[in-house]
Amino acid sequence: MFEHDILIVGAGLAGLRAAVEGVKNGMNVAVVSKVHPVRSHSNAAQGGINAPLTDRGDDWEGHAYDTIKGSDFLADQDAVEVMSREAGDAVIELERMGVIFTRGEDGKLGTRAFGGQKVARTFFVGAITGSALLHVLYEQSLKLGLNVYEEWFVTKLIIEDGECRGVIAYDMKNGELHTIKAKAVIMASGGNGRVFEPSTQALICTGDGIALAYKAGVPLMDMEMIQYHPTTLARTGILLSEAARGEGAYLLNSNGERFMEKYAPDYMELASRDVVSRSEQTEIDEGRGINGNVHLDLRHLGRDFIEKRLGYLQEVSLEFLGIDMAENPVPVRPGMHYIMGGIKTDINGLTEIPGLYAAGECANVSVHGANRLGANSLLDTVVFGRRSAQHAVEYVKSVSSNSKSENDLKLEKERLQAILDRPKGENIAKVREDMAVNMTKGIGVWRDQKSIEGALENLKNTKKRLPNISVEDKGKFFNTNLIFALELEFMVDNAEAIIHGAITRKESRGANYRTDMPDRDDENWLKHTLVYYDSNNENNVRVETSPVTITKWEPVKRVY
Amino acid sequence: MNVNLKVKRFDPADSTRDSWWQEYNIDIHQDSTVLDALIHVREYEDTSLALRCACRASICGSCGMKVNGSAKLVCKTRIAGVAPNGEQIIVEPMGNQPVIKDLVVSLDTFFNQVKRVEPYMQPDYVPESGEYIASNESMENLLTAMNCIMCGCCVSDCTVLEVDDNFIGPAALAKAWRFVDDPRDAKKQDRLKDLNYEDGGIWDCTRCMQCVEVCPKGVNPMERIMELRDQAIKVGFRNTNGARHAEAVYGDVGHSGWLDELRLPIKTFGIFNFKELIKLIPIGIKSQLVGKRPPIFHKSIPGVQNIRKIFERYSK
Repeated sequence: MFEHDILIVGAGLAGLRAAVEGVKNGMNVAVVSKVHPVRSHSNAAQGGINAPLTDRGDDWEGHAYDTIKGSDFLADQDAVEVMSREAGDAVIELERMGVIFTRGEDGKLGTRAFGGQKVARTFFVGAITGSALLHVLYEQSLKLGLNVYEEWFVTKLIIEDGECRGVIAYDMKNGELHTIKAKAVIMASGGNGRVFEPSTQALICTGDGIALAYKAGVPLMDMEMIQYHPTTLARTGILLSEAARGEGAYLLNSNGERFMEKYAPDYMELASRDVVSRSEQTEIDEGRGINGNVHLDLRHLGRDFIEKRLGYLQEVSLEFLGIDMAENPVPVRPGMHYIMGGIKTDINGLTEIPGLYAAGECANVSVHGANRLGANSLLDTVVFGRRSAQHAVEYVKSVSSNSKSENDLKLEKERLQAILDRPKGENIAKVREDMAVNMTKGIGVWRDQKSIEGALENLKNTKKRLPNISVEDKGKFFNTNLIFALELEFMVDNAEAIIHGAITRKESRGANYRTDMPDRDDENWLKHTLVYYDSNNENNVRVETSPVTITKWEPVKRVY
Repeated sequence: MNVNLKVKRFDPADSTRDSWWQEYNIDIHQDSTVLDALIHVREYEDTSLALRCACRASICGSCGMKVNGSAKLVCKTRIAGVAPNGEQIIVEPMGNQPVIKDLVVSLDTFFNQVKRVEPYMQPDYVPESGEYIASNESMENLLTAMNCIMCGCCVSDCTVLEVDDNFIGPAALAKAWRFVDDPRDAKKQDRLKDLNYEDGGIWDCTRCMQCVEVCPKGVNPMERIMELRDQAIKVGFRNTNGARHAEAVYGDVGHSGWLDELRLPIKTFGIFNFKELIKLIPIGIKSQLVGKRPPIFHKSIPGVQNIRKIFERYSK
């Protein structure tokens, strides 16, 4: 029997930051994660973390406005205000925990420029910022003696009397299924990049938490907002940080022109990501690409600078393409990278189910709206990780009873056994790949009614195949075959919500660029899309909309 | 391109055999990595094959395993690099760590050793406002160690750990160094004192370079261990065999230009350490018999002045 005050699902930055807050407040906290904490995908964030530090002459409004403009005015402005106001404190706190941020001459934290912002306010550790932050938070978790269910896979949320009371989780090391009871659960399970092919995201980013919350009845918000990162390495799809452009790299087409001049004369390569990705795709589509890519040129920055400030980028370029960035331009293309949408929460991370919170990429607060600025994702994780835990601490004090039922465990055991008992059928990887390739085709950098409907048709087919996938490995120890089957079910739920978001929004805004409706339509679509799982409805889906919170900044035309 | 993999398998549920080898022949793009090949096997050939992997970009540290006998992150190991002419590729789980299943090992001991060095910053004050002030050089200096992604490759191939479980190991020591050299940390002295123990601490590294060789992130754990030794001696922790040995070697070479191997053990273990010295008697007799006994009178080598000059220059 496992029982805690607060249980956090996911051990990346949002999860660990939440956990640290919970433990510091005297709570009995545990984290459950399908991988060891330092394997989490927060590692992959390279460029940095944004914060407007007031003692450096910056102000929160500046950061907030850049974020809102970046979001194409879809972000909720009260949520952005919280993030911008708490950013400085969050970054200083990380430094005091031990992060070795790059410094300026005065020994204070130094900054680099990043996309969509004229002020350089991105704090960083070389090109390994996410990894450096994650390892420091892991250090803090060791210091505090945090309880971690490592390599446990959550299969279901326990909802009793309309409240979240814990999870059912599968111990991958021995194949046992358990109930972990908790008075509050914080979902911090990351993104769902594997729904698309290719993607910069890790193989573990299968949208588990998003699907768990969705199935429990929580709406998913703005799921059509998928970020395509402008610089992913040719062929492999590995991410090359925006830090390259932040530090001055150029984007060139096959004629050697800095084509961003045409699309964003003021911000050039540092326009927001959706804009740069579309510009690249236009160049490629119009025949000015280089084998389906454009060139990222860092040569003028010099070897020394590249190796010191962008060392990891050079490592990746050399190892995976054999290209020395100091000598040659690197072929890059837009690649699926991040989901702005996610589990709908309020500014405290609370979902529509009492006791269930969400933070980080799986959540949608919403601070990123239709397009996230680079280096705002790390900020989002620590600010809302901390905040959701603070709120959960208060909530837990008001909860007296704990989960009593063992019924969920019994049902889950039967469900998993039934999957294992299926006769030989469809191959899991094949079904996933078919779905993911079609998702990229339908919900890409460009999309239109026809492409979205195509993705929907394909998904219907995937859903038909889903009950026929088989798990050939019947073993109890480290049965990844079974895990992949469960993940695929989660991914299909994610895909469904994404497609329904996209089919609902009849305009172009941020990442949701529709070639058949190229304009933003504030009159009708300054709204969030909400996708609910609803067993009473056709396809089990119900779509609603909700207004965007506007506080200070009226939407204007977005020009970079 | 055709790839021939030979993978070491292990299934804890199979009581009929210990581990076994399994071969896979697959067709895969010529630029693929060993990880791509293993994933292909796991997805389409043999879904029971267990391995850990996540980021595919050498930053999460999940996919450490042995390829052709030495530890690698397989996501950054290109097939063309290890089998340029289509040779068979041999994949095994990492060494020095118990196998859970197939290529998945338990890293419990690994992380316990990391925990042992109190791997978190321990400053002695909190700034009134803002961050700790530190020079950029001092932070950049730590970047090499912060590159460590805890994949376990160094521990896998550590030749000391192969024979001595007590050794705290290269990864934990590199982590410890990261705090010892952090100007914001106030526990330098305590940390060095803690690491300076006999039977497992900083002096147990044999400087075989294996960890430097296999580290996929350029952390150079051995260099970090040498720096820890240096600092331990500098702050006055000289009362270990290792420190005495280092000082004796330094003294001998600096004085005569070569090692006085007859007296070295006495200087290292101490003249009254009969227990250790008695152990050396058989070696002494043996070396006498084969004519390899060091001379009783230790003379300087010709040209020793030049060596002394080098020492003078670098001891400043």
